[in-house]
Amino acid sequence: MRTRFIETLCRLAAQDERIWLVCGDLGYSVLEVFRDRFPNRYLNAGVAEQNMTTMAAGLAHSGKIVYTYSIANFPVMRCLEQIRNDVCYHNLPVKVVAVGGGLAYGTQGYSHHGVEDLAVTRVLPNMTVFAPGDPWEAECVTEAAANIPGPCYIRLGKAGEPNVHNCRPNFEIGKILTVKNGTDITLLSTGGMLVTALTCASLLEDKGISAQVLSSPSLQPFDIDSMHNIGMSTKHIATLEEHAEGGLATIVAEQIAFENLDIKLIPFRLQRNPTTVAGSQEHLRSLHSLSPERIVSRIYKWFPE
Amino acid sequence: MITDSVTTHNLARTLREHALRMVHAVNASHIGTCLSMADIIAVLYSGVLHLNPADPTLPDRDRLILSKGHGAAILYAALAETGFFPVDELNTYCRENSRLMGHISHHVPGVEVSTGSLGHGLSFGTGMALACKRDNSNWRVFVILSDGELDEGSNWEPILFAPHHQLDNLVAIVDYNKIQSFGTVEEVLSLEPLRAKWEAFGWEVREVDGHDHAALTESLSSIPFKTGKPSVLIAHTVKGKGVSYMENSLAWHYRSPNDELLTQALDELGCGE
Ligand SMILES: [Mg+2]
Repeated sequence: MRTRFIETLCRLAAQDERIWLVCGDLGYSVLEVFRDRFPNRYLNAGVAEQNMTTMAAGLAHSGKIVYTYSIANFPVMRCLEQIRNDVCYHNLPVKVVAVGGGLAYGTQGYSHHGVEDLAVTRVLPNMTVFAPGDPWEAECVTEAAANIPGPCYIRLGKAGEPNVHNCRPNFEIGKILTVKNGTDITLLSTGGMLVTALTCASLLEDKGISAQVLSSPSLQPFDIDSMHNIGMSTKHIATLEEHAEGGLATIVAEQIAFENLDIKLIPFRLQRNPTTVAGSQEHLRSLHSLSPERIVSRIYKWFPE
Repeated sequence: MITDSVTTHNLARTLREHALRMVHAVNASHIGTCLSMADIIAVLYSGVLHLNPADPTLPDRDRLILSKGHGAAILYAALAETGFFPVDELNTYCRENSRLMGHISHHVPGVEVSTGSLGHGLSFGTGMALACKRDNSNWRVFVILSDGELDEGSNWEPILFAPHHQLDNLVAIVDYNKIQSFGTVEEVLSLEPLRAKWEAFGWEVREVDGHDHAALTESLSSIPFKTGKPSVLIAHTVKGKGVSYMENSLAWHYRSPNDELLTQALDELGCGE
């Protein structure tokens, strides 16, 4: 995803000279292509995320469209008040990009697990929040962010995620994408859990359960119309996210309650307790009961035969 | 813009009077900090800053950021007096539905940036100064900092950054009144040697009596102090300056004068009815 991000950003920057990239001394083997091509619109702010973020606000105040870039929590949590007061309150076009959201930096420990980012960013004023599910979606949200006149948060995966969509999806800000049709249950994924959702759908098909797979790269604004559609179709929804409380499941639960929808919800998300052992992303997911096998075993209980 | 016939001293007195009346009317805090920087603000808005009140977002204007956002009243007064909005509006300060909020608000004409949480303004200004440099423009950025604010570690990130990038269009002004929110600077967290700290980070430093208009005018008209380096003016000031019972008193970070004390303050400042 990060490769598709930087390729897309370079393409956008070639067309729009307002576009800047500011990093917090991270991006080795990713950002060089932008730095070398647009040196006058590239900045390494140093290991100083507070300054990086508020400087980005100052640049944006002066007419630039600024993507800030760092890994996991660093561009979000360390400088949350800078994002809130300087970027969001002033409604400036700063696009905060966190690479390696969720448990992508699995072995690196809790400091590097970006697992509360969606909850804190989605409640900020003027903020648009994206968590793309594959490289195609990463390309779409990177482009969309450039055209949004205000702040955005983009949670990217790390590297090597496969394309799930087989061509550029029909992306719209705030709209859910249909990845696979099905009639018994909806698997709604955000971010990098999309592949898991498809695996789950396939396991469910083996048991005769027809699963629809949806991807929600937009979390704020969120696609309320799609919730109404689910309320009239599958009536069962499982949310999949590599995030703790306050993310996709919370958003969906709010919509079910606020819109008085006839939908049953099972949330698949991270436990609140931090992960305290090393492990690959896949292993840590399984510790949080987010392996495809654990997910489908809970879903089966909805469909007693 | 202020006309030549209005002296900076007259403006400073007028701003002090406005700020006193504003905080008195709504029982607001922070009069001490307003009086501390009244002279700095008066000099800046008497021709140092290149601004056009009729077109407050002109691309080539100088930018001023009040990083010590709690001193809003004195800046609102300056903006009103220089024509950014009607002077009458100052009467709405901190009243229901007024845009003149207690911490400086960018929803007010002439205000670039909202602050209130300390330690944000200098980074904001640094980003602006960098944009200006990369665009080969010539405007300047002035950021007013409090002394207590320098406790915030976030300030030291742009203090490190700006000299590295040779941002000589960036000016920090420290309102060094030696009192912060809950004690003196010496008691709470000493900044000394303050000049040496800024110098060590690569800034060109000048120190000035922050109530000496000639000295302020001279320094603020000599930007950059040195080509290729950001400038910092350490302005030695007196909190509550001009009102005897407020000077150097922590209490007037919080208190607001009653009718009697207001009258005394205005008398001392020579503000005739
Ligand atoms: Mg002070």
